[in-house]
Amino acid sequence: MKKKSLLQQAAGAPYIVWAALFIIIPLVIVVYYAFTDKTGALTMDNIVSLADYKETFLISFEYAFIASLICLAIAYPFAYIMSRRGPAAQRIMMMLVMLPMWMNLLIRTYSWMNILEKNGIINNILENFGVEPLKMIGTPGAVIFGMIYNYIPYMIIPIYNVMSKIEPSLLEAAEDLGSGALSKLRRVILPLSMPGVISGFTMVFVPSVSTFYISQKLGGGKIMLIGDAIERQMQTSYNYNLGASLSLVLMVVILVSMVILNRFAGDDDLLI
Amino acid sequence: MDQENIIIALKNITVEFDGEKVLDDLSLTIRDGEFVTLLGSSGCGKTTTLRIIAGFLEPDSGELFLNGKNMHGVPPHKREVNTIFQRYALFPHYNVFENIAYGLRIRKVPEPEIKERVTEMLRLVNLQGFEKRGVSRLSGGQQQRVAIARALVLRPKVLLLDEPLAALDLKLRKDMQNELKNIQKQLGITFIFVTHDQEEALSMSDTVVVMNEGKIQQIGSPIDIYNEPQNAFVADFIGESNIIDGIMKADYQASFAGHTFSCLDAGFAPGEEVDVVIRPEDVDIVPPEKGMLQGTVTSVTFLGVHFEIIVDIHGFKWMIQTTDEHKVDEKVGLFIEPDAIHVMKKSKYSGQFGDYSSYSDEIDTLNVLDDEDEAE
Repeated sequence: MKKKSLLQQAAGAPYIVWAALFIIIPLVIVVYYAFTDKTGALTMDNIVSLADYKETFLISFEYAFIASLICLAIAYPFAYIMSRRGPAAQRIMMMLVMLPMWMNLLIRTYSWMNILEKNGIINNILENFGVEPLKMIGTPGAVIFGMIYNYIPYMIIPIYNVMSKIEPSLLEAAEDLGSGALSKLRRVILPLSMPGVISGFTMVFVPSVSTFYISQKLGGGKIMLIGDAIERQMQTSYNYNLGASLSLVLMVVILVSMVILNRFAGDDDLLI
Repeated sequence: MDQENIIIALKNITVEFDGEKVLDDLSLTIRDGEFVTLLGSSGCGKTTTLRIIAGFLEPDSGELFLNGKNMHGVPPHKREVNTIFQRYALFPHYNVFENIAYGLRIRKVPEPEIKERVTEMLRLVNLQGFEKRGVSRLSGGQQQRVAIARALVLRPKVLLLDEPLAALDLKLRKDMQNELKNIQKQLGITFIFVTHDQEEALSMSDTVVVMNEGKIQQIGSPIDIYNEPQNAFVADFIGESNIIDGIMKADYQASFAGHTFSCLDAGFAPGEEVDVVIRPEDVDIVPPEKGMLQGTVTSVTFLGVHFEIIVDIHGFKWMIQTTDEHKVDEKVGLFIEPDAIHVMKKSKYSGQFGDYSSYSDEIDTLNVLDDEDEAE
């Protein structure tokens, strides 16, 4: 391969500095905190004590997984329909998907709290019809709903992106060779949209598994996810070492599940 | 025509997009085993016709019969025709073998038979040893071959080809033309081939269908289409033509450019206005005093095989192809044999084509605009 010119090397420098300052060094700090105690001595105690958080980890992954699956089930057909529309309709649908993202996540989640709570909008309406108030805030359903509502655009956009790149002539070729609607979906659309599905799944799963705000507001203080546990260590207990080890393990588990997900899809040139 | 042999019949097909007629009352019958080319420039309706036969488009009115069966409402995957798409439309997530096997797998053909039939196809298109290759790593010509194999492996009665050679370079295109023609002969199935390339159409087809503005202008063998064009559009579209306003004085007597010529055409009313076609290669340049017509050379272009010479006769620019060199501003005479003259009835295309002041309509339009500007 040709040697890169000085200019090309220099052009890369800011990114290397950036990566070092804001990615590598913070990671090193997290690792350092995770394996030391308050005095700075090396220890495995933080990692060992994570056994207490096994339930929290499991619940976090379970909720995030369910939320990602439901997002996928909603987003996939939506993205397909969107990608087969005319350019004007595509723009409008894309706007509608993006619009909520321009509103702050905290505001959106707070609004849902108002809608779902005991004296909230839904229960007020139900009361008018003489229906017993429903308990929604504080249920796993509300938390998962919050995840879906907040993160579904991250599922739609990557799937839509790959779908809109599937050439119409490929679908016509499939029909021409004898594919009905189902076989066309199974043999052409699904395999070709797999990269979008994987990146969408990743982009919903990762923020869902580490969220703390959604679980706090819609979980009514009863549901603690791993994000809440980390936040508590940092904000309340000031135990940075335990917080760091929780973050580190979370990161490793996410990485491992993403690798498995990619293997499962049989495509290795994707995210991660 | 032998009624038994007809495999495709289009009857009074009309298609409109946004109120514009893309196909206008088109009727066409195609015999089994025929190599038919739909020829025309972009927007003439040739691809639309193909899409109707394939089933990707339902006509607004009219009927399509395939093997005697009305195809109304029959989706593409239930029609016994297969298509070669313009950009091949190979499945990027499958290798060569799986692309070709696609249709067989859907039909649940047993695995050993799939292997046998795909191998047979690979041999037919000369791609043995490429089974495991990803289609994105193939050259244009190889992709083309996979597309052909993928369609033919299903043994369709009719193969539809939508400008399949347009993306290939000139030499490869010539080879593929021969190969397609051979495959068609070997398998004996009907090919319906769409192209805008008149040379391709003439060299490959049994029958050429010249289309323009959603209508069939002429159907015939390549030789008929070239030698006996039915109107000025066909004459201009197929090869080069000088098209001159003329009058039939009597049978075998055509008058144009201020001279009466004897010709081989008859059956017109005496004094009827006609279009006269003279191919550039059929005109001989002779000394002025020996010519039937006299004019001045205005341009000479050397094209290797011959010179292309433009001669101005009373303001009409004739194109003449000759192997003799002439000079610009030279006075020359033109000599035209009776069999070089082809007389056509007047049509809506009369006067639009056949003068070589310029080659394209675009330049004509620009020149008109220029003149208008100067007039202001």
